Amino acid sequence: MTINTINKNNTTVDFEKIRADFPLLQRDMNGKPIVFLDSGASSQKPQYVIDAMNEYYTNQHANVHRGVYRLSQEATDAFEKSRHLAQQFINAPSEKEVLFVSGTTDGINLVASSYGRKFLKEGDEVLISAMEHHSNIVPWQMACELAGAHLKVIPINDEGELLMEEFDQLLNERTKIVAVNHISNSLGTINPVEAIIEKAHAIGVPVLVDGAQAAPHMKIDVQALDADFYTFSGHKVFGPTGIGILYGKEKWLNAMPPYKGGGDMIETCTFEKTTYNELPHKFEAGTPDIAGVIGLGAAIEYVQQIGHEAIGQHEQELLEYATVELKKIEGVRLIGTAKNKASVISFLLDGSHPYDVGTILDKLGIAVRTGHHCTQPLMKRLGVPGTIRASFAFYNNKEDIDKLVEGVKRAKRMLL
Amino acid sequence: MSINEIQDEIIEEFDLFDDWMDRYEYIIDLGKKLPLIDASLKTEERLIKGCQSLVWLNAKQEEDKIIFTADSDAIITKGIIALLVRVLSNQNAKDIAETELYFIDKIGLKEHLSPNRSNGLVSMVKQMKLYGAALK
Repeated sequence: MTINTINKNNTTVDFEKIRADFPLLQRDMNGKPIVFLDSGASSQKPQYVIDAMNEYYTNQHANVHRGVYRLSQEATDAFEKSRHLAQQFINAPSEKEVLFVSGTTDGINLVASSYGRKFLKEGDEVLISAMEHHSNIVPWQMACELAGAHLKVIPINDEGELLMEEFDQLLNERTKIVAVNHISNSLGTINPVEAIIEKAHAIGVPVLVDGAQAAPHMKIDVQALDADFYTFSGHKVFGPTGIGILYGKEKWLNAMPPYKGGGDMIETCTFEKTTYNELPHKFEAGTPDIAGVIGLGAAIEYVQQIGHEAIGQHEQELLEYATVELKKIEGVRLIGTAKNKASVISFLLDGSHPYDVGTILDKLGIAVRTGHHCTQPLMKRLGVPGTIRASFAFYNNKEDIDKLVEGVKRAKRMLL
Repeated sequence: MSINEIQDEIIEEFDLFDDWMDRYEYIIDLGKKLPLIDASLKTEERLIKGCQSLVWLNAKQEEDKIIFTADSDAIITKGIIALLVRVLSNQNAKDIAETELYFIDKIGLKEHLSPNRSNGLVSMVKQMKLYGAALK
């Protein structure tokens, strides 16, 4: 693999050179060199990932788990290698607990639907938090509606931190599952999922962690967390869209009914009765996104080469720099000021709407997200119509932030 | 003036601007000047929900003409609303229903009327035309 970031002696990472690995970052937007600050929505892809997928379609493609011929075996090996890489990436105990899904949304839907059908009964409760993405709200609402169960919400303070005393109060014998994000996509808050899991387990309640925003930024260790379910998307960890991982403890996955029916998930099929395949195949009906899986494997290799420690350190520097510089602009109000934050910074410019600021920034070649970030209940709780959100990845640098700051100043001059 | 005469007039005005900044400064200015609609008209029925910004639209029939007033919480959206109101308000209902709005594209603001922008403007134009069709 050619990574422009790793020195020959493999000790330090040169984040200035890293952009050369990402072809898209070389292009312009609205006639200006692109400043991509929306990796929280989806990250860009290194050439290594693009090459891996290209190679698969050019030289390796055949359906997996089906053919006796050599080519199919090679495709299956490449496919299953990615599962192994994903297992290592999150330190899962075994590969059969690592399921390929289409993304975090799919992972949560799988658990909400399948776990819900088996374990949710009338009067039961599902516990989520006030800072969840719609993807970690709606599937649970649907499951609750079906079972006659109730959705309960852990409130937050004005800084955007979970109120853990309230969590203690809400967690009870009616709670059948807790589902929270590891890092808030809107605010960047890193939630105390270890403490949540420990407390939930103390009364026998499993916990699902939405790791969509965490996987790109920090080392995930599902065993250290003792998470029952952990899910994340490939496209946010520099891999392709349409693929993601759902980790689930074997005891739960075995107890849960299949989510979708189809090829690959059956052991035997007759018109009277079908018996289901073993894990992980029981939850992987139909021909999978093979190219996506291989691309995700390549993305994991790429990220592992750089290392989470270096990534985390670089991104924290960017976050601190952006926080300090944005605060210097009079009228900028940061939304989400938790003590523990990842590289997401949400803010408002007093007297102007996020849409207006986002439009001006776009014209300056700066890609940020504006709006409610699929967290409408959170925006309502914070009393804002939405925010402007800049989210960083390891390919961003201080120059990007300087341009953002200049852009916000310019928007302020134009709008106010 | 007819709808198309107004559209052409706007295109001519925008031709004077050298770059995007001038164009946007003008739109922002229009947004600031757009008379606010009466607070009592900012009701749920008149609200067009966009993912990014909100738009309120009120239609009033005066003989064969329709008078539009509108508002938004975002100033650029409001500026574009001002242009749309200038083109379509106080026009014949049938003309409103049947007109083709070509000026938006010509003045380089097409992106604001793309469905994925989700700022309420696409729905607003649709709603204005529906009023035209219903009242003609």
